[in-house]
Amino acid sequence: MIVAERKPFDEIKKVIIGKKNIVILGCGTCVTINQTGGEKEVAILASELRIAKKLDGEISNIEEITILRQCEREFVEEIKEKIEQADIVLSMACGVGVQTMAETYPDKLIFPVLNTISMAFPEKPGFFKEMCMGCGNCVLYEYGGICPITRCSKSMLNGPCGGSQDGKCEINPDIECAWQLIIDKLEKQGRLNLLIDIKPAKDWSSSHHGGPRTLIIEEAEI
Amino acid sequence: MKKETKSGSNLEKLLNRGEFVVTAELGPPKGVNINIVINKVKILKGFCDAVNITDNQTSIVRMSSIASAIKILECGTEPIIQMVTRDRNRIALQSDLIGAAGLGIKNVLCLTGDHQSFGNHPASKNVFDIDSIQLIKMFKDMRDEKKFECGEEMKHPPKIFIGAAANPFADPFDYRPLRLAKKVNAGVDFIQTQLVYNVKKFEEYMKKVRELGLHEKVYILAGVGPIKSVGMAKYMRSKVAGMDIPIDIVERLKKSEDSKDEGINICVDIIKEIKGIEGVSEFTLMAIAWEEAVPIIVKRAGLLPRPNP
Repeated sequence: MIVAERKPFDEIKKVIIGKKNIVILGCGTCVTINQTGGEKEVAILASELRIAKKLDGEISNIEEITILRQCEREFVEEIKEKIEQADIVLSMACGVGVQTMAETYPDKLIFPVLNTISMAFPEKPGFFKEMCMGCGNCVLYEYGGICPITRCSKSMLNGPCGGSQDGKCEINPDIECAWQLIIDKLEKQGRLNLLIDIKPAKDWSSSHHGGPRTLIIEEAEI
Repeated sequence: MKKETKSGSNLEKLLNRGEFVVTAELGPPKGVNINIVINKVKILKGFCDAVNITDNQTSIVRMSSIASAIKILECGTEPIIQMVTRDRNRIALQSDLIGAAGLGIKNVLCLTGDHQSFGNHPASKNVFDIDSIQLIKMFKDMRDEKKFECGEEMKHPPKIFIGAAANPFADPFDYRPLRLAKKVNAGVDFIQTQLVYNVKKFEEYMKKVRELGLHEKVYILAGVGPIKSVGMAKYMRSKVAGMDIPIDIVERLKKSEDSKDEGINICVDIIKEIKGIEGVSEFTLMAIAWEEAVPIIVKRAGLLPRPNP
């Protein structure tokens, strides 16, 4: 899922200075599971901001709304009335949700409460590891199900580099060396021979390096 | 019959002749003062057969390897440029190689490169369009197939001697010789290893390398270098990934009266030990920020005089 984390409170507080009608808009999908932008977090932020506003001697109306997904027009359009009354919308969605709101309500100020981080896997509660960076050409099968592009700090296809030590990446001991994982896995699977041949230079044009991507699924087109 | 060279470089000629080769590393300056490069070359001249110039090593911005190498050529010494894939994509790497080779540079060391988080510009975007193995292959194909990476033909291909690094001490230890085999298959001509302090472990590695027959397909230059102080030894032991420094080296430095001199002696002892290992007959001297130590080490290790190419 997409994971995000909340911006520092001061950054959020600054944005609502002088704003009377504020909507905090949560998202019921990824960020709810991620526990950063769901109904509960919307409520927490709302009360934090109310307290802060009170201390500053300002009065404002803070509305709390959470919709199932902020990246779907269907759900975003349903709350039209509430949004139109707002001076600012504090969106607690990922970057996709924020932009969907911005496109659907072009005259409204939409502020991203969260910093979107990555497409990640919750290894354990509260612990999210980046797994996929959407390169557009998945080769996970050749690497024992471990992505060398995303999980190797240098995106090596013929790793490991000389900095791998005790199964850890040289840049941070909290990061596992993807190549240690790949080699261990392929060895277990009896497929280490897959690493004998030199993997050629990647065609990055299918990734973001080729430009922002537009995906068309014909079957889904109306 | 004289073996035909791929690049005509002195390094290649000497290695082909079976000479005991010594290369020394030179770190370029952090500014435009090219005299620093000239002065360092003066120290190294006559004590090594070629000079390795690092490429923004540890991701710290320095004068480029190629720019420094051009000056070194002018000084009458043979350079080995280094190229990392961290900062440049395949377009720039090919372009820089053509430029370097066009200006007379004949040796190039292909590296993936330290991550930018280690250096003084951790906020920068990295490239890593290709890795070191793909870089070796790309340069080899330019030289031998006379083609750019995209397949387009080159009228005037570069004549270069291609090198790469190997780290016998990194994990997974058992996989390292297999990775070296990949570099050999990619077309590498010579290898410079990470600094060797744990000679036993290096011997284990070389045994596996010989079992794969790689020592007959590529020239292996063992990395050696002096450690100046106990502090430096401890730092390298704990903070530098892929570095294996046995505790008795730290102890030796601790006990010594002059740790700099002892550091040089340790280096000389290692050189003498490595000389006996089959498959290794060359050295690459990395006296980090201490080029002055090179002449002393080369003398004490009995590696003088340097042969004429």
